[in-house]
Amino acid sequence: MKHLLSTRDLDRDTAVRILDIAEEMSRTADRAVRKLPTLRGKTVVNLFFEDSTRTRLSFESAAKRLSADVITFSAKGSSVSKGESLKDTAQTLEAMGADAIVVRHGVSGAAELLAHAGWIDATIVNAGDGTHEHPTQALLDAYTIRSRRFGDDARGRDLAGLRIVIVGDILHSRVARSNVWLLTALGAHVHLVAPRTLLPSGISTWPVTVHESLDDALDTGPDAVMMLRIQSERMHDAYFPSEREYAREWGLTAERATRLGPDTMVMHPGPMNRGLEISSVAADSPASTVLDQVSNGVFVRMAVLYLLVAGESQEES
Amino acid sequence: MTSILVRAAAMLGGGREDLRIRDGEIASRGSLTPERGETVIDADGLVALPGLVDLHTHLREPGFEASETVLTGTRAAAAGGFTAVHAMANTSPVADTAGVVEQVARLGDEHGYATVRPIGAVTVGLAGERLAEIGAMARSRAAVRVFSDDGLCVADPLLMRRALEYVATFGGVIAQHAQEPRLTEGAQMNEGALSGELGLAGWPAVAEEAIIARDVLLAEHVGARLHICHVSTAGSVDIVRWAKARGISVTAEVTPHHLLLTEELARGYDARFKVNPPLRRDEDVHALRAALADGTIDIVATDHAPHPSEAKECAWAEAAFGMVGLESALSVVQHTMIESGMLDWADIARVLSEAPASIGRLDGYDAPLAIGAPAHVTLVDPTAARTWSTSDLRGRSSNTPFAGRVLPGRVMATIHAGALTVSDGEVVDAAELGTKEGD
Repeated sequence: MKHLLSTRDLDRDTAVRILDIAEEMSRTADRAVRKLPTLRGKTVVNLFFEDSTRTRLSFESAAKRLSADVITFSAKGSSVSKGESLKDTAQTLEAMGADAIVVRHGVSGAAELLAHAGWIDATIVNAGDGTHEHPTQALLDAYTIRSRRFGDDARGRDLAGLRIVIVGDILHSRVARSNVWLLTALGAHVHLVAPRTLLPSGISTWPVTVHESLDDALDTGPDAVMMLRIQSERMHDAYFPSEREYAREWGLTAERATRLGPDTMVMHPGPMNRGLEISSVAADSPASTVLDQVSNGVFVRMAVLYLLVAGESQEES
Repeated sequence: MTSILVRAAAMLGGGREDLRIRDGEIASRGSLTPERGETVIDADGLVALPGLVDLHTHLREPGFEASETVLTGTRAAAAGGFTAVHAMANTSPVADTAGVVEQVARLGDEHGYATVRPIGAVTVGLAGERLAEIGAMARSRAAVRVFSDDGLCVADPLLMRRALEYVATFGGVIAQHAQEPRLTEGAQMNEGALSGELGLAGWPAVAEEAIIARDVLLAEHVGARLHICHVSTAGSVDIVRWAKARGISVTAEVTPHHLLLTEELARGYDARFKVNPPLRRDEDVHALRAALADGTIDIVATDHAPHPSEAKECAWAEAAFGMVGLESALSVVQHTMIESGMLDWADIARVLSEAPASIGRLDGYDAPLAIGAPAHVTLVDPTAARTWSTSDLRGRSSNTPFAGRVLPGRVMATIHAGALTVSDGEVVDAAELGTKEGD
């Protein structure tokens, strides 16, 4: 595996392997010295055309714990905002010795283009491209589900038979897309819930069950409910009438949260709109995995960088 | 002007004949003997077509000379066998006054590679707010007959109605770029399962079909002539077919790329395949071919849209819409329509020469290759084949979507108004053409 662009490219065994390596990485967090020497001498560039403090910090932290040299390049106030093209920026960073480029871009396909346009040779990790994919988010979600469900017995397991409900703006969500492909590859059943305006066209060809009522979806007894962030400006484009109606119809209200089974996880990729797609009761309940997702994000990204950047010799072991 | 003898060309619907061209006209046909000082073209094995006419070309001059100029665009046209092109109005300044259209037509005349027929804007500055000076453009030396806001749809129904009525006064036609703007805000590719998967904003077929349906009804209501640019969906074909059956005066075009390519090409996010209207589904491609074969779609037009490489070497949503198409058009039509048995060469002459000239009210193409007719001739080798590449292009930009594909046929000679613009498969130098040096 040279790049991580999309979870569509991951088969079950590769995905399980990444999760297993992430589990190894999590053990280092308990050590007195958290750093591993694995990527010493390698340079990882975080190329962020879009603001995303959480994802950027998570990747930075992951690369540093693997002893890589980390350069972070934010588009704001840089040559990019002065009109430099994606191609020139990428070539400049590679000329500075980047072994891997972690790219976040507001346009779908930007990571794929960097990997395959022939401009550069560096490894590309997609940290979110437009409304397309966000593969490390899906990996950390899968990791979180697996470790909550199976605890110390998680290693080597997939998510066969688990039922995951994803709720909200599927149309514009790279998190939803990456999760659909990954969770399905891992054997889980994915259920999507959204008003029709926020479902992508062609959804019937996806390997998912679509519900138009959140209550119907919750009645199926899911193992996890993943609430997506809703952007309130969507209501100006007539995707839904008002925040109040959205929260009532599609939000994980306190009432709905209390109806969930005792083992049903409540997930959110963050940042949350409390009171809109998720109530504080749900977000702060013991069922919530929101903070686990953040810490697991570092382990999963360590695993991905390790697999892609450490090189052949390391991969053997 | 020296005379040209074309020897043993395969004539449409007949056998081989010699063709003498003198003083810009077809002087004689039959079995002819070379005369002293005459240029002789051995056309054994070549098909003689009337010079091709493109109703939809972006020449980019004035204003966007980094992409194309009248000179480079008409050289590309000649290479593709075209002897006349209709230059779209979305230049800078916009072709919405007599001054701009006269300048563009004059540049075409000066260079001599092809007749350049400017298309006038329907609305001032393509802004869709008030009518441009259509009468002035019609009465100018450019004698504009086709009006279009191409690139933008005349979306306001009242303005469209008035435009249809008003251009009829001057024997004109509105060429509508059918795209409902609100339904296509931010649209990047055909709306369907693939756009959903790729996370690219969809351009739904209904946004084209709704405008076509509205406009054929408007054309019927006011009794005016309507032309639909680059029809791209099976549903649009159904509406045009219905309108024609009803007797509505509507014509339609399809581009070569919509006859061959599908939305699947968006999968790698390579912006060379980004075009407006977007590449559609396989079903649409087949419906368009069938419609061209049965006459529902009248013509093939290139929508030749040059862009500099920096406008294509970027992320999909940031890239420009459009593809160059003049040089490859005839080969793509041969590949999709002749090799499939849906059209023959006489049909090609109709859909790429006679019919577009008729829609554009361009004289000299109604009696192809007849004695006394203007000498616009294209000689094509139908047995040739080449792996298409940017080195086959003759314009200023290289955004062809066909690179790497094997395409049949090759234009070996183009004669525009009695002058060779392409000889031995190569565009002739300006000096050889005996016209003013440009550029």
